[in-house]
Amino acid sequence: MKRRDFIQQTTAASALIGLGGIGLSSFKSSQKKITILHTNDVHSHIDPFGPEDGRNPNKGGVARRASLITSIRKENPHTLLLDAGDIFQGTPYFNYYGGELEFKLMSMLKYDVATIGNHDFDNSIEGLYAQLPHADFDFVSANYDFSNTVMDTHVKPYKIIIKDGIKIGIFGLGVELIGLVGKNLYKETVYNDPIESAQDMTRILKDDEHCDLIICLSHLGYDYRHIPGKVGDLNLAEKTKNIDLIIGGHTHTFLDKPTIVKNIEGKDTLVNQVGCYGINLGKIDFYFDSDKNKSANGRSIIV
Amino acid sequence: MKNIFFLTCLTLILFTSCKSKNLYKIEGRQIAVTDSLKSNQSIEDYIKPYRIQINKSLDSVISYAKDTYSKRDGHLNTAIGNMMADAVYEESNPVFKSRTGKEIDFVLLNHGGIRSIISKGNISTRTAYSVMPFENSVVVVKMKGTKVQELVDYLVREQRAHPIHRLQIILDEELQLKSATINGETINTRKTYYVATNDYLYNGGDRMTFFKPNDSLHVLDYKIRNVLIDYFTKNDTIAPVIDDRFIQIKQ
Repeated sequence: MKRRDFIQQTTAASALIGLGGIGLSSFKSSQKKITILHTNDVHSHIDPFGPEDGRNPNKGGVARRASLITSIRKENPHTLLLDAGDIFQGTPYFNYYGGELEFKLMSMLKYDVATIGNHDFDNSIEGLYAQLPHADFDFVSANYDFSNTVMDTHVKPYKIIIKDGIKIGIFGLGVELIGLVGKNLYKETVYNDPIESAQDMTRILKDDEHCDLIICLSHLGYDYRHIPGKVGDLNLAEKTKNIDLIIGGHTHTFLDKPTIVKNIEGKDTLVNQVGCYGINLGKIDFYFDSDKNKSANGRSIIV
Repeated sequence: MKNIFFLTCLTLILFTSCKSKNLYKIEGRQIAVTDSLKSNQSIEDYIKPYRIQINKSLDSVISYAKDTYSKRDGHLNTAIGNMMADAVYEESNPVFKSRTGKEIDFVLLNHGGIRSIISKGNISTRTAYSVMPFENSVVVVKMKGTKVQELVDYLVREQRAHPIHRLQIILDEELQLKSATINGETINTRKTYYVATNDYLYNGGDRMTFFKPNDSLHVLDYKIRNVLIDYFTKNDTIAPVIDDRFIQIKQ
């Protein structure tokens, strides 16, 4: 239904531009669509929950997620697959194989970028480092400083990916580790203020790199606005600018739909999180057009 | 100079490449991963040998759960949490006693450390893995009564169903501390107590800062998961209940 509406709308828009397009000289209006797929807190849930499970019977499973992702990629090749951390810990696959299978499968599913969750330190930072050869995707974190750890140079603050000419900047944010992860596990990893890090990132990605789309992969947690001084995705969105999408994790938050938050400039930022354990896949489609008038009045968000 | 060159280039790019770069619409939704989706066979085949290996080791039935137990059922204490704290005491105390000649006075775990429900029916080694996937182990901390008082204050403040055993906390209608007892006796601030917990909490997890400084630490090298496996193996049926170990008195 929605898809058909969309096609009708864009056809109408193209026709209008065709008529009034003298000002735009030789340019034609053309649409581009970038699809962002995302997971968070999969916690080593490789197999689906069994039919006997008391809470999530017959849900999840990497092999099913794989076919879903394949079909979405077939529909739109300009698709990115992202994960917001806590890949590790939660099933015996992790206890027996230390995260090897999780990374191998994510590589087979062609994940593009992931950030690091607190549980990804569960076999210590060396344990995470030891599994890196199995990961054919990148890790981003802008507020963890790994300089004095084995992970140094293996995690970048951000990554830029160009899909169909659209420049997409993706940066990561991690949760404060003190009190959550043993110091013996995270060692010399330094946690920096996520809001300051996000402001640095958006300055680089928007002002310097001129990204068309800026995505934050956050493992901060969804909402801590009742706890003064604690940063979650909602107040991160409120206190920053130029972030189009925050993909969250950590709090295992199931949302009926992505949350729309007004950022510091009064513009809309989308915050999404899809629960945990690979039960859901988030799908956010971004539509671009050469017609500036379309976006001048703000973007329409359909959730 | 460089900057001017860069800016010129940029301006040129901006004016010449009139591409489709104006974001005008966002559509977001969530797709449930359910059994209506066909599994990708090559992924399935890749996982299989790993799964077979693990299943062999995990699927032996070791106990039976009379009901489904969740950490969300109960306000200040939960059946599943009570079972875990009881198990830690029952399984660790003999180990601790044989090594030190002393007895554990009480147990404190954390609510967040209960990582899964226990579903009604057969309990296998796998159940212990889902409830306690982490590698945390039992430690026994020798604490002064004053630090135990801090521990109680923390529990009163948090009002979460952190699992306890042999410690009883009763709150009044205003959610203030009415009484706190260890094995039926009022806390003596001049005494020292042996408190069993896990290394995660000992190291300040869940902001439990009261374990340090302490009089001594005894590392039992006994994983909480193995505590559960041993407890399940000894008890052929598990039927824990919500009781009065941490409650609020309402009039």
